[in-house]
Amino acid sequence: MAAPNQRLEVTLDTQLESVDLAENIVTRVAEAAGFGEDDLHKLGMAVREGVINAYNYGNCQDRRKKIRLAVEFEAETMIVHVVDEGCGFELSDVEDPLAEENLLRTSGRGIFLMRAFMDDLAVRRAPTGGADLVMFKKLPHRVSGNGRPQAE
Amino acid sequence: MSLRGTCREVGDIAIVDFSGKITLGEGSATLRNMVRELISSGHRKILLNLGDVDYIDSSGIGELVGAYTTVRSASGELKLVYLTKRVHDLIQITRLFTVFDVQSDESAAILSFRSAS
Repeated sequence: MAAPNQRLEVTLDTQLESVDLAENIVTRVAEAAGFGEDDLHKLGMAVREGVINAYNYGNCQDRRKKIRLAVEFEAETMIVHVVDEGCGFELSDVEDPLAEENLLRTSGRGIFLMRAFMDDLAVRRAPTGGADLVMFKKLPHRVSGNGRPQAE
Repeated sequence: MSLRGTCREVGDIAIVDFSGKITLGEGSATLRNMVRELISSGHRKILLNLGDVDYIDSSGIGELVGAYTTVRSASGELKLVYLTKRVHDLIQITRLFTVFDVQSDESAAILSFRSAS
């Protein structure tokens, strides 16, 4: 099981294959941390959307740029960072895909899905100027010998 | 597994049985190309069987919406059938049940086309 302060960081190329790779890495780490099938699906999908965002909008499919994926653990939370080398953005600037006028848009649902599948989402400015998508998921709890739930 | 689509016809209805994932890249392109080919060949009633599609990401959702608008622009109808739970949930949280005509089974879907014509 994951211990607090553990951190994994990988640098991905700006290419389509990185989307699947990032999803696989994070779901494996999450599985080892004790997440169940449903949460693994949600985590994988959120990370997938984060990397798609970095690939398409942050790095504009520029193969010279990199995507940084990091997974870390705090006491009760798994935190995933997806960092691109773009210009950054504000969550408040992202249009609501559920608004009537946006329902027929063919893009613009990634941030919404990340929010839907994780417990929290923040967008920070990376030191390089790009976006640092920070996704939070509470760790699953197990029941200890004394009957009290514990973060794994 | 990438997306595979097999097309068959019931009367004037084109039914595409998809299996795999509709995700960024190949899967999304497969869906887009198949729907465009059906429209080009004159089909206006298209039913997408998603019973073996267990994964759709935001790009895949975008392609489904794109397919819908492509068919509507050609004065046609596009319907979905046999959604898996995960795809159903995704369509629901993105409010696309208000856009797509989702049918419970193939017979009902075929009847719904016919009753509309």
